[in-house]
Amino acid sequence: MNNLSVMKRVIKDIGRSRLLIAVSLVFSVISVILSLYIPVLAGRAIDCISAKGAVDFAGVKSALFYIVICAAVGGLLQWLMSIINNRIAYNTVRYIRDKAFGHIQKLPVSYIDAHPYGDIVSRITADADQFSDGLILGFSQLFTGVVTIAVTLIFMLTISPVIALVVVVLTPISLFTAKFIAQKTYAMFKEQSEVRGKQTAFINEMIQNQKTVQAFSYGEKSSKRFDKINERLRTCSLKSVFFSSLTNPTTRFINNLIYAAVGLIGALFAVAGNITVGGFVSFLAYSNQYTKPFNEISGVVTELQNALACAARLFELIDAEAESSDAGKAELSHPKGDVSFNSVEFSYDKSRTLIKDFNFDAVAGKKIAVVGPTGCGKTTLINLLLRFYDVDSGSITVDGININAITRESLRTHFGMVLQDTWIKNATVKENISFGKAGATDEEIIEAAKAARAHGFIKRLKNGYDTVIGDEDGLSEGERQLLCIARVMLLKPPMLILDEATSSIDTLTEIRVQEAFKKLMENRTSFIVAHRLSTVRDADCILVMNDGKVAEHGTHEELLKLNGFYAKLYNSQFSA
Amino acid sequence: MLKLLKFLKNYRKESILSPVFKLVEVAFELTIPLLVANIIDRGIGLSDKPYIIKMSLLMVLFGILGLACTLMAQYFAAKASVGFATDVRKSLFDHISKLSFSQLDEMGASTLITRMTGDINQLQTGTNLTLRLALRSPFVVFGAVAMAFSVDPASASVFAVTVPVLTVVVFAIMLACIPLYKKVQQRLDGVVGKTRENLLGTRVIRAFCKEDEEIQDFQMKNSALTDMQIKVGKISSFMNPATFVLINLGIVALIYVGALRVDSGKNSNGDIVALYNYMSQILIELIKLAGLIISLTKAIACGNRIEAVLDISPKTVSGSGVKEDKNSPYIIEFRNVSLSYGGESALHNINLKIKRGQTVGIIGSTGSGKSSLVNLVPRFYDASSGEVLVDGADVKEYDATALRSKIGTVSQKKSLFEGSVRDNILIGKSDAADEEIWEALSTAQAKKMIEEKPGGLDFMLEQDGKNLSGGQRQRMTIARALVRKPEILILDDAASALDYATGAALNAALKSTDFAPTVITVSQRVSAIKNADLIIVLEDGKIAGTGTDAELLLNCTAYREICESQLESEAI
Repeated sequence: MNNLSVMKRVIKDIGRSRLLIAVSLVFSVISVILSLYIPVLAGRAIDCISAKGAVDFAGVKSALFYIVICAAVGGLLQWLMSIINNRIAYNTVRYIRDKAFGHIQKLPVSYIDAHPYGDIVSRITADADQFSDGLILGFSQLFTGVVTIAVTLIFMLTISPVIALVVVVLTPISLFTAKFIAQKTYAMFKEQSEVRGKQTAFINEMIQNQKTVQAFSYGEKSSKRFDKINERLRTCSLKSVFFSSLTNPTTRFINNLIYAAVGLIGALFAVAGNITVGGFVSFLAYSNQYTKPFNEISGVVTELQNALACAARLFELIDAEAESSDAGKAELSHPKGDVSFNSVEFSYDKSRTLIKDFNFDAVAGKKIAVVGPTGCGKTTLINLLLRFYDVDSGSITVDGININAITRESLRTHFGMVLQDTWIKNATVKENISFGKAGATDEEIIEAAKAARAHGFIKRLKNGYDTVIGDEDGLSEGERQLLCIARVMLLKPPMLILDEATSSIDTLTEIRVQEAFKKLMENRTSFIVAHRLSTVRDADCILVMNDGKVAEHGTHEELLKLNGFYAKLYNSQFSA
Repeated sequence: MLKLLKFLKNYRKESILSPVFKLVEVAFELTIPLLVANIIDRGIGLSDKPYIIKMSLLMVLFGILGLACTLMAQYFAAKASVGFATDVRKSLFDHISKLSFSQLDEMGASTLITRMTGDINQLQTGTNLTLRLALRSPFVVFGAVAMAFSVDPASASVFAVTVPVLTVVVFAIMLACIPLYKKVQQRLDGVVGKTRENLLGTRVIRAFCKEDEEIQDFQMKNSALTDMQIKVGKISSFMNPATFVLINLGIVALIYVGALRVDSGKNSNGDIVALYNYMSQILIELIKLAGLIISLTKAIACGNRIEAVLDISPKTVSGSGVKEDKNSPYIIEFRNVSLSYGGESALHNINLKIKRGQTVGIIGSTGSGKSSLVNLVPRFYDASSGEVLVDGADVKEYDATALRSKIGTVSQKKSLFEGSVRDNILIGKSDAADEEIWEALSTAQAKKMIEEKPGGLDFMLEQDGKNLSGGQRQRMTIARALVRKPEILILDDAASALDYATGAALNAALKSTDFAPTVITVSQRVSAIKNADLIIVLEDGKIAGTGTDAELLLNCTAYREICESQLESEAI
C-alpha cells in the first residue's frame, strides 16, 4: 500500500467527524486572527505612549482592554480546539482499532495460527498509538499553520506586493525539501514499525513462555536473541528518528536563506528609495512570521509520515482476506444429526496431503469414537467438521446439507465441544461456565459444574464461583478441562465433540464425568477423539484412522475380531 | 523515574553535547537581528551597497553554521534517546527473566508486554524532545528576563511575577497529568490483554460463536482507553492557552506600568518596545515548550511504570552456589515442606526421600498438589516452610542455573517456540550436536515423526507449535528435556496426550538411556506409574501413602480406590 492510498483512507476515516473538523477549523481561524491582532493592539497602545507627560491613558486603556478580550477569547478557543482535535484523533483511532479487532474475528483460523500474536497486538496498540499522536499533532499544527500563512500573506501584500511575491515564490522550496525528506523517512518509519512488530512478537512469545524459559535456564540465550532484534531496532530507530528530525532544521535553514534574500533585496530597494526603512523593518518581521508556520508544517509532515506508516500496518491487518462470507447461506435448524464425510481431502501444507479420500457416515444419535496414532489427523477432522478450516475437496454434510452451504454460526451452535485447547477467559468462574449460554441461572451453572465434577475444586477457590481466573492462572490442566466440560454440560447441544476431553483428569473424577457425558450424549450424535481406548469401548462405532484415512471401523467387538490395526493398538495398551 | 536515568549514563557525552550544540545554534540565531540592525544603520543609512551584500552573505554563513550545529544536536539527541530506550528495554527484558513464577503470575503477561513496548516508546520520544529543547527554552526565557532587567528593573518586575506564575501553572498541569497518563497506560494494558486473550482463544471463541460478545467487550475496553485519553487531553491541552493568556496579561501589565513610567519621565518609549519584544519572545518559546512538557509528562508516567517492574526484587534469588554432596544417598529430599500460593495451602508438611536413579510415580486426584510438589524441585516456587534438598543441599543455596541444569522438566503446558525443530530442542542444551538431538528425539518417540516432516530438523514450527498435533508437541517437549541428559527428569502429566503404545515405548526407552536419570512421573493413570520403584499418593496436598504398587495396594486405601476405578474402566 502506498503513501497516497493510505492517506486517502485515513482522510475517509477522519471524515466521519466532518462536523467537528469544521468547528475546529473555524475556531482555529478565529484564534489565529486574534493572536495576530494582539501585536497590532499592542502597537496601538505603545503609540499612545509618546513622551513624558504626553501619555494618552484613555487610548492605552482601551487598547489594553481589547488585548485582554482577545487573549481571553483566543485562549478559550485554543483550548476548545485542542479538546476537539483530541476527540477527533482518538475517536478515529478507536474506530480503526475496533474495526481491526472486529476483522480479526472474521480472519481464517489459518491466518491467526500463522501470524505471531505479538505482531498483531503491536499493530492494534503501538501502531495505533503512534497514529493518534501523529494525527493530533497534524490537526493542531497544520490548521493553525495554514491559517497563519494566509493571514500574514494578506498583511504582507498590503506593504509591498513585489517583495511579498519574492517570499511567496521562495517559500515553497522549504516545503519541497520537507517533502523530499518525508518521502525518505516514510520507508524508515515503516521499517521501524515492522521491526517493532517483530520484537513485540518475540517479547510476547518469551513472556508467555517465561516459565519454560526459566526451567531450561534459557534466559541467557533468549537474552542474546533479544539483543539481536533490539540492536536492529536501535539501528532503524536511530535512522528514522535522526532523519525525521532533519526536516525542521533544513527548512529553517532555507527560511533563513529567504530571510537573507529579503534582507538583501529590501535593503537595496530602500537604498534606491523604493521602500521606507520602517516598511523594510515590518516587512522583515512579517516574512519571518510567514515562514515560521512553513517550518512547523514541515515538522508535522514528518510526524504524519510516521502516523501513515503505522496506519498502513493497521490497514494491512484490516485488509487481510477474511473467511469466505456466510452471507445468504442457509441456517441449520433442529438437525437430526446425520453427519457424513464424502471423499474429503485436506492439507495444511499443500505439499503434503493430511486427509485423503476420507469417507464415513455417522448416523444420527450415535456415539462415534475416533482413534488412531498421534498425528494421524484426528483433530484435523474436528477442525474440518467445525469449519475452522475448509475441505480442499469432497464434502461434509449434516442431515445431507453441505456444511459449506450453511452459516458457520448455525453450524457451530449445534455442536457442543470440549477441545484440546483448554482456553479459559479472564473472567469469573461463573462467566466462564456460562460462556456458551449467556443468562444461565446460578442454579444451572452449579448443576453443570456438579455434573462436570468441577464443583468441588471451585468451592475451594478463594471466592468460589465468583473467583476471577485467567489464562495465566495457577489452575492445573485437569481443572481447566473440568471447566471446559462444565461449559458444555450447561449448553446441552444437539451434537457433541469431545477432543481428548478428559486426558488430564484423574481417573476417579473421569469415571464420574464419563457418566455425566453418557447421559448428555443419549440420542445425540457425538464424536469422541481419544487415545485411551478404554474410554471409547462402548461407542456405537469406532473409527480407526491411520495416515489420514479410515483404516477400519466397527464396534469394539467387531474390530477385535477383525484382528487388524485396532486390535494391535488395543493390545499394546494393555501390554504396558 | 529518576532511577532510570542511570541508563542515560552510557550516553553522557551525547546527552551533554546535544543541548550544547542547540545553545550554539540559538546564539547564531540571536545574532541575526544584530546583522539586520547593521544593515539598516550602516548599509541603508550610508547607502553602502557592498556592505549590505557582505552582511547578507554573513547571514547566510551563520545560517549554515547554525544548521551544522542543529544537525549535530539532533544526531546526538537521537543517539542518546534511542540508546537509552534500547538499554532500558534490554535490562527490563533481563529483569523479567529473573522474576519468580509467583511474581510472573501476579503481574500477568499483558502488562509486562505493554511496558516493554508502548511505555518504552513513549520514554524514547520524551527523552529525545527533552534533550533537544529542554535547555533551549529555559535559556531563552531566562535570557529574556535578564535582558528585561538590564533595560529597566522596575518594569521588569512584571516578568518576575509572570514567569514564576507560569512555572507553577505548567508544573501543576504536569502533576495533574502524570497519574492520568498512568491510567491511560493501564487501560492500554486492558486492550493488549483483550487482544491477546482473543487470539489465544480463537478456536474456542468461534466454536461457541462468541465473536460478537468479544467485539463488544473489546469496544468497551477500547472506549475506556479513548475516554481516558480524551480526559487527560482536556487537562494537558490547557497548557497552551493558559500560557497564552498569562503572557498576554503580562504584556498588558507591562504596557500599563510602562505608560505610567514614561508619563513620569522614568522610561523612554523605546524601552517599552524592547520589553514588549522580550515578552513576546518568551511567549513563542513557551508555546514550543508546551509540546515538550506533554511528551515529558507521558514519558515520566511510562518511566514510572517501567521502574515499578525493575523495582520488584526477584523473590527467588539465586543462591551463592553450593557444593552438592554426590555421596548423599538421596538425590531429592523434602523435609516438612508446605506450600501456599496465597490462599489455601496446596501442600502440607510433605516428607519425602528419593534415591538416585529411582523411578518415582506421583498419583492423586485433580488438584491434589502433584504439580505443586514437582515444581518445588527446580525451585519454580519457594516452599512456604520446610526445606527441599537436591543432592543433599538446600535448593535455595544453589545457583539457579546450576540447579536447573541438573533437571529436565516437561510441564503440562506444551510450550514450544516459533522456529525450527532444531532450535526448539537446542533450548534444552544449546551446544547439542545433531546426533544428540536425534538421540533425544528417538528416546522421546519423536524420531519418526520428525523424519517425515519436510526438512527434518529444519522443519519450522509455528508459534506454540500450532502446526503439530497435541501428541507431537508433547513429544517435542520431552525431547527438549532429554537432550540435556538430566540427572532428574520430571514428567508432569507428560504422557497425557500420547497414545498408550507410544507411552509404553517412551517408558522403555527411558529405562535404557545411558545417563540413567531419576525419573519422576506425575500421572493420573495407575498404568503409567505402576512399575515405579516408589509411588507417592497425594490427597488434598498431603501424602496419603508411599511405597511400591504391591505395598500400597495392601495398606493405602486412597491408592486402592484409584486402582479399582481404573480397573473398572479398563477391564476387558
